[in-house]
Amino acid sequence: MKNRSLVSIDDFTSDEVLKILDLAAEFEKNPVSRLLEGKVIATLFFEPSTRTRLSFESAINRLGGKIVGFSEAGATSLAKGESLHDTIKMVSSYSDLIVMRHPIEGSARYASEIASVPVINAGDGANQHPTQTMLDLYSIRKTQGTLNNLNVFMVGDLKYGRTVHSLMMAMSRWNTTFNFISPEELKMPEEFKIYLENLGLKYYEHLDFTDIISRADIIYMTRVQRERFSDPIEYEKVKNVYVLKNSMLANTKPNMRILHPLPRVNEIHTDVDSNPKAYYFEQALNGVYTRQAILCSLLGIK
Amino acid sequence: MKEPKQLSVSAIESGTVIDHIPAKTLFKVISILGLDHIDSQITFGTNLESKKLGRKAIIKISGKFFEDNDINRIALVAPEAKLNIIKDYEVVEKKVVEVPDAIVGIAKCMNPKCITNYEKVTTRFKVVSKKNVALKCHYCEKITNQENLQII
Repeated sequence: MKNRSLVSIDDFTSDEVLKILDLAAEFEKNPVSRLLEGKVIATLFFEPSTRTRLSFESAINRLGGKIVGFSEAGATSLAKGESLHDTIKMVSSYSDLIVMRHPIEGSARYASEIASVPVINAGDGANQHPTQTMLDLYSIRKTQGTLNNLNVFMVGDLKYGRTVHSLMMAMSRWNTTFNFISPEELKMPEEFKIYLENLGLKYYEHLDFTDIISRADIIYMTRVQRERFSDPIEYEKVKNVYVLKNSMLANTKPNMRILHPLPRVNEIHTDVDSNPKAYYFEQALNGVYTRQAILCSLLGIK
Repeated sequence: MKEPKQLSVSAIESGTVIDHIPAKTLFKVISILGLDHIDSQITFGTNLESKKLGRKAIIKISGKFFEDNDINRIALVAPEAKLNIIKDYEVVEKKVVEVPDAIVGIAKCMNPKCITNYEKVTTRFKVVSKKNVALKCHYCEKITNQENLQII
């Protein structure tokens, strides 16, 4: 994987993904080292993203690397009208690897073609966010012991949710059964269902999940945002249907874990937090280990 | 009696005739094939009557033969185009164009938030459906379908 870029999770084969997950497990056991000593990593955040940026910076710092970069575009030469092309050319010569978050879709692929160093896509608009997918896969494998043959519930906004689309595509490699639970207006788009049908994978769509929750191995929650609804009355009708409460978890499988890409608003009631099946905060911590693994793989250090 | 003047788009001795081009895309075909930059003798006619297309255009290029890969690039703007390969004033081969597996340049990504609509990037697409043309953007990964297809 040395000198490759990570723009979309599809850039890596299943074996390569598993290799990164194995390496992440090593970092979980031993997160601090000097592996990135002498390396300069550029973190270019053209739009703010506290969680992703801090997770990357924590990963780099724990491995002894140095960081250059910015956390919003306002303070950079972009405000003076510099093109992405020129910014990336310049930053390539200052750093050994570029981590980039940018609001324009396809910007990461473009940057990876211009840069002379590897590029990690930390989110390009509504398109891809592969390091999130990688940490989701890590969390699933860690809690279930395997990625094979699982029953994954995806709940909430399945229409606009970039993370659910990427995770669904990635999990489709391991014979997953999917249950999609969303309001009518936010259903999984047709193109993704066709994708699953072509692979011969099973998926089921529901408007509610209280009756079927006992089948889940993973419940992946997402936010249902008010602004996604054309009719505010529709939002009022559904807003409480997609809220997970502790009382709903009584009959769930012992191995079941609840994931959420965070930030959470009200879709997981705080009374779930103390349930051992709540995994979303550990999931966020796993992001540091997976990002350490990705950085080292692309730099050819591990 | 005076002979009626006849201005014929003369037959070519050897080269390629591209027929059944929709009249409105003639100049796009010319630019996609780079015919405005080559030294060959070229004649073209446009707004000719055609039962199939309404108004069609035809291009005759003397001494020029195209690779399939090159000629297929016009499939997006002239899907019904037919090629006659001429040698010694005879048609030695007929070809139809076929939508290629990949499109570089030529088409515009319909996603307004795609990088190709912000910076000077050559567009690149994977052709995911040929019958009802659907193009997947190499950059933003969104699909541009036939109805929304715009030629640059």
